[in-house]
Amino acid sequence: MLEVNVDRCIGCGECEEVCSFGAIAVNHDIAVVDQDSCTMCGTCVDTCPEDALTLERGDDTRKASDLDAWRGVWVVAEQRNGELATVTYELLGKARGLADDLGEPLTAILMGHEIGERATDLASHGADRVLVVDYPAFATFTDEVFGNTLAYLARQERPEIILAGATSMGRSFIPRVATVLETGLTADCTELSIRKEDRALLQTRPAFGGNLMATIVCPNHRPQMATVRPHVFKAQPATTSPTAEIINVNIPEELLKSKVKVIESVQEQAEGPGLTDAEIIITAGRGMENKKNIALVEELAELMGAAIGASRAATDAGWLPERAQIGQTGVTVSPKLYIGCGVSGAIQHIVGIQGAEIIVAINKDPDAPLFNLATYGIVGDVKVILPLLVKRIKRERGIA
Amino acid sequence: MNIVVCIKQVPDAKTVKFDQEKGTLVREGVESVINPFDYNAIEAALELREALGGQVSAVTMGPPQAQEAIREAISLGVDKGVVVSDRAFAGSDTLATTYTLAKAIEKLGSPDIVICGKQAIDGDTGQVGPGLAVRLGIPYVTCVNGMEILKERNSLRLKRMCEQGYDIVEVEIPVLITVLATLNTPRVPSLKGKMRARKADIPLWGVAEIEAESGKTGLAGSPTQVVSTSVPTFDAKREMLEGEPEEQVDALITRLKEAGVI
Ligand SMILES: Cc1cc2nc3c(=O)[nH]c(=O)nc-3n(C[C@H](O)[C@H](O)[C@H](O)COP(=O)(O)OP(=O)(O)OC[C@H]3O[C@@H](n4cnc5c(N)ncnc54)[C@H](O)[C@@H]3O)c2cc1C
Ligand SMILES: Cc1cc2nc3c(=O)[nH]c(=O)nc-3n(C[C@H](O)[C@H](O)[C@H](O)COP(=O)(O)OP(=O)(O)OC[C@H]3O[C@@H](n4cnc5c(N)ncnc54)[C@H](O)[C@@H]3O)c2cc1C
Repeated sequence: MLEVNVDRCIGCGECEEVCSFGAIAVNHDIAVVDQDSCTMCGTCVDTCPEDALTLERGDDTRKASDLDAWRGVWVVAEQRNGELATVTYELLGKARGLADDLGEPLTAILMGHEIGERATDLASHGADRVLVVDYPAFATFTDEVFGNTLAYLARQERPEIILAGATSMGRSFIPRVATVLETGLTADCTELSIRKEDRALLQTRPAFGGNLMATIVCPNHRPQMATVRPHVFKAQPATTSPTAEIINVNIPEELLKSKVKVIESVQEQAEGPGLTDAEIIITAGRGMENKKNIALVEELAELMGAAIGASRAATDAGWLPERAQIGQTGVTVSPKLYIGCGVSGAIQHIVGIQGAEIIVAINKDPDAPLFNLATYGIVGDVKVILPLLVKRIKRERGIA
Repeated sequence: MNIVVCIKQVPDAKTVKFDQEKGTLVREGVESVINPFDYNAIEAALELREALGGQVSAVTMGPPQAQEAIREAISLGVDKGVVVSDRAFAGSDTLATTYTLAKAIEKLGSPDIVICGKQAIDGDTGQVGPGLAVRLGIPYVTCVNGMEILKERNSLRLKRMCEQGYDIVEVEIPVLITVLATLNTPRVPSLKGKMRARKADIPLWGVAEIEAESGKTGLAGSPTQVVSTSVPTFDAKREMLEGEPEEQVDALITRLKEAGVI
């Protein structure tokens, strides 16, 4: 736990200032720690000018003794039904830079069935090597088969970094790999970089629904693992003459067994882009008033190539499917543009949209909380504003 | 049927505030509540007990005050609960958390069905469920949004959501599942439940009780380390577009074009 050396502490308050958790308060010129609030992040220890704070980390009995033997950067390619997820290209774009900073090769891991052609796509987007694991067992997604295989490959090849998309699939099977390898895993990262002094991967992620950013390292264990939020990093344009080495890997049969059996996979993708990948999202709230008015949102979305999101009020009312729900109990999105139509801006909703670059709020109540977060606000009735927007954009495009 | 539900006490989203200027979480007035998804986990556990018999135990790792969370779970119908609490557990990342929870669950007896929420609203990783299943040596299914019991096969048929739609999967018990808020509607506490909760004896288990190895819990057992934290500021320009509806819409289109999004 965090301890204060009272002889050294001068009560300057630097620690109180730097603690994001409000766990330190200077009282009678001495820093006092509220141990229940302290998350032991250690930020204060480095800040204290008097070296008065210590954090006892205890013995880490599992500390890897051969850190230097782990080299290279891996990206886990995500595919469903033979299609690569866009986050895979974004990961390759980011990981290329990390690999260059480290002076190590970038390897893509492709697990699937009859997906050989995708290996070329991975090569042309930055991979130096592609490991292809092709078995029928990878035709559907199971945590055991994907997780155990990745853990097996990591043990054999010893990469120093493994990155995967923070998608429903990545967030499901990557924790299996980290637990099997007994290493650290940082969830849902939005920023990654290499710390020059010690080659550590600095992993920044939002917690508390986006209200707090934490930068995390994994100093004593390898591989360093992170899932990365989709739509944060930019994919590199494809090169036309990739030179990557493509290697087909055979794995032991027992890795292909799963206790969970997939009976069927149902694609429910609405037409147009999916929410998590969309550049523009138009969100319907209770202020759309009824199901019929959702057509106004649909028309605008189609025109702008946007995906349709919903507040919980709109999904509860049955106006839009559950998977359209954005927020704490729905999906987190990070589009370039989010337009909230009759959405009040409840905290449970806005935690899901804080990655949006531009937020537009359309609401008839000037005091709606969403206006506080909005880049642009329009006080008005959605039934008036949305048709006008449609008209204006059509005019802009020369459609009408 | 030995059903275990994992619940986490989290700061109530309604009372949590962040001081943008100081870059800190404001502790004053923050109330602790059960993680919202864990109510759905409790409800799923109770429904499974109603169908399959047996008992439901609730487990939480946290400070001694987390007894309140267990008490609330009991008021909802959970049979018994335990708080896993020790200074040696503080500062746990998800790897240390799953080790500690697994030791506690094993002490309760070998589990048939373990239920977690999809994610906790503070740590937000969603890694505890999958990691815990690996520690317990049982399969898991995440993001469960529908559940059917196949009694004769001792199996569950589950609807697992993903970005593209959903999978229907089947798995034999024992299994761990993580549940979505849309799986069910949590019940409210009954009067009888509240009485039982008030009287319930809720043990605190520390390192000794769960026989945890030193070096595997808390900070020592956590490979990840936080180097810094900050409160992001929203650089919302916050421009209200005034005028008649036509003018408002014109102004918006102009700005969106300038920003290059349309
Ligand atoms: C544990 C928990 C988890 C939750 N998770 C989520 C979540 O993931 N996502 C989520 O969205 N919610 C979630 N909620 C619900 C959340 O608290 C809000 O109730 C919900 O977001 C409100 O949706 P809304 O903004 O559409 O409706 P309201 O809050 O009712 O707002 C409607 C708005 O529309 C405006 N309006 C009305 N008519 C018009 C009109 N004609 N033109 C323009 N404006 C109009 C009103 O002024 C009002 O501001 C959760 C709640 C809890 C307790
Ligand atoms: C700012 C910040 C960032 C963090 N980032 C990371 C990170 O990237 N990687 C990492 O490994 N750790 C991280 N941690 C530590 C992590 O929050 C803790 O390990 C925590 O105990 C569990 O993680 P979670 O809150 O993400 O739970 P989740 O995995 O999101 O919880 C899912 C479910 O697991 C069960 N559960 C979770 N915690 C408990 C518990 N204490 N008792 C009983 N059941 C529980 C509940 O059913 C819950 O619904 C971070 C902590 C902070 C404060």
